[in-house]
Amino acid sequence: MKSVILRTMTIYLLPLLLIFSIFLLFRGHNTPGGGFVGGLVSAAAFSLYLIGFGIDKVREILPVEPVKFVALGLLFAVGSALFPVFLGKPFMTGTWMEGRLPIIGSLGTPTVFDTGVYFTVLGVTLNIIFSLFEDKE
Amino acid sequence: MNSVLVLPVVVPFLSGIIMLFLWRYRLAQRVINLIASTVSLSIAIYLTWYIKTSGIQSLYVGAWQSPFGIIFTADLLTVTMILVSGIIGFATALYSLGTMDEHREHFGYYPLLQIMIMGINGSFMTGDLFNMFVWFEVLLISSFALVALGGTRKQLEGAIKYVVLNLLSSSLFVVGVGILYGLVGGLNMADIAQRVPLVENQGMVTVMAMFFLVSFGIKAAIFPMFFWLPASYHTPPAAISAIFAGMLTKVGVYALFRVFTLIFIQDIPFTHSVIIFLAMLTMLSGVLGAASQMEFRRILSFHIISQIGYMILGLGLMTPLGIAGGVFYIFHHIIVKTNLFFVSGIVNEIKGSYLLKKLGGVLKLYPILGLLFLVPALSLGGVPPLSGFWAKFAVAKAAVQSQEYWALGVSLLVGLLTLFSMIKIWNEVFWKEQKAELAGEQRLLREMPKLKVFMMMSPIALLAIITLIIGLYPQPFVEFTNEAATQLLNPSMYINAVLRGGQ
Repeated sequence: MKSVILRTMTIYLLPLLLIFSIFLLFRGHNTPGGGFVGGLVSAAAFSLYLIGFGIDKVREILPVEPVKFVALGLLFAVGSALFPVFLGKPFMTGTWMEGRLPIIGSLGTPTVFDTGVYFTVLGVTLNIIFSLFEDKE
Repeated sequence: MNSVLVLPVVVPFLSGIIMLFLWRYRLAQRVINLIASTVSLSIAIYLTWYIKTSGIQSLYVGAWQSPFGIIFTADLLTVTMILVSGIIGFATALYSLGTMDEHREHFGYYPLLQIMIMGINGSFMTGDLFNMFVWFEVLLISSFALVALGGTRKQLEGAIKYVVLNLLSSSLFVVGVGILYGLVGGLNMADIAQRVPLVENQGMVTVMAMFFLVSFGIKAAIFPMFFWLPASYHTPPAAISAIFAGMLTKVGVYALFRVFTLIFIQDIPFTHSVIIFLAMLTMLSGVLGAASQMEFRRILSFHIISQIGYMILGLGLMTPLGIAGGVFYIFHHIIVKTNLFFVSGIVNEIKGSYLLKKLGGVLKLYPILGLLFLVPALSLGGVPPLSGFWAKFAVAKAAVQSQEYWALGVSLLVGLLTLFSMIKIWNEVFWKEQKAELAGEQRLLREMPKLKVFMMMSPIALLAIITLIIGLYPQPFVEFTNEAATQLLNPSMYINAVLRGGQ
């Protein structure tokens, strides 16, 4: 699609949406938000870019295959589940860091798990959208 | 600390993730798959030893006390299944290296395989009914992808039947879990088992039992919900249909064993009579279906159904010997059936067909392959001294003890007809001269790379040896299954381990 308005806007919207998605991710554990929504928002940001510029341009700014995001997300998830085992607690026990960080709040394995969800959702969504677009061309 | 209980799930999962990172690297995926299956097998062996020596163990995932959190529990039935899934996973990994085509490997065959094994192991380990549903979905979704992978016309046709029937079964399952939750207010199986006797409306519990019987029955392919199995299992490549034939229906059988020895034991005269009745019909319809087939893998698929009947019969009898026989049967059957599918795949590699009419003369070419076919085939038919004989003997003896003479008669007749089918395959594929005008293009083993031949033949030999060992030294296996049956028939052992024993 060759719309000047869309293209111009997308260039500004893409970073904004990505930042917003990360904000949603970290806001997640006590308030509305979380990895799933965050992943969808960031996938939406890339899709917007895809509609504006075409699939080749997206592949340029996103040099890794979407399936790698899925793998990364799953790795985060299983890592967060395995981490407590090394501390001598049962599998998947929520383990929290002491103290609070500014903005993010407290960090712990659920946050890591949510980050995993974020990447998995991003990867799966992009994978679907990419294959739809590649099919057309 | 029982963290070892999560390993049968975590190891396949981790290896699947690593293979996703190496998405386009075929060689790396093959190596990782083999390593992961070896590790899984060793963990399974360790776990079997661990549970055998220290009794039923449970792990409270996330440190949530049961019955509130999800738990992983391993009793002897569980570890039997985990062990056999480890063996089959290893054999399939080897066999896939020899037979899987590049195209399918390229599109994620190995990650899917590992994720499916994760789902299978998860459904064995979990002690939570809803969690079991989730694991069923994990294994089903990857199996959907595996059955359709490659996308040939025949495969997609089989996949549609497979997917639709299994989705139906899953939705019944989740509805059943929902209603049961409404009745007893718990999802933890041990907790449900404790609460079921307190339910005022016992009729409703029996209704739920039938609900679960239908849902797991579809997955286990018992009468009358078996028709999806022979319609789909012969379509994917041999390695995939072999692990499907070995493991997937047995997940349903495992679930039946679990709920009908733990939860739904409040009206045994009714529920378990229904199971015996269905078992007889399952055996008969499976074996009669096989008799009319003329395609290698379709015959084998129908025989899965008839053999499921024996396992369910053992469950329906609900005596120590019956349950032990059922468990023994599951173990023996998975190994034998997977092996037969492997052999069918090799015959296809050599002769390029699965149709009995087009095949023939394999014995003359490869006597060893004929022998390797005979071991599982005769075992399936129940010829002593192979493993199938002891399995059938235990179930038949249990039927006599419970005075279920109809079931006894049916099981003996079905054994005979099974032998008939196996001899039919033997005659058509190995014995008779191949008709020259029907023969396809032939590829001799010596024309194939040596490594490929080794990787195709070694799993068959491995499984045949296991069959022989079980057949010749049945004592430890019989004792093991007897112990498993004792645990299953005393639900209080399981309940205690889950509700009070975990960490």
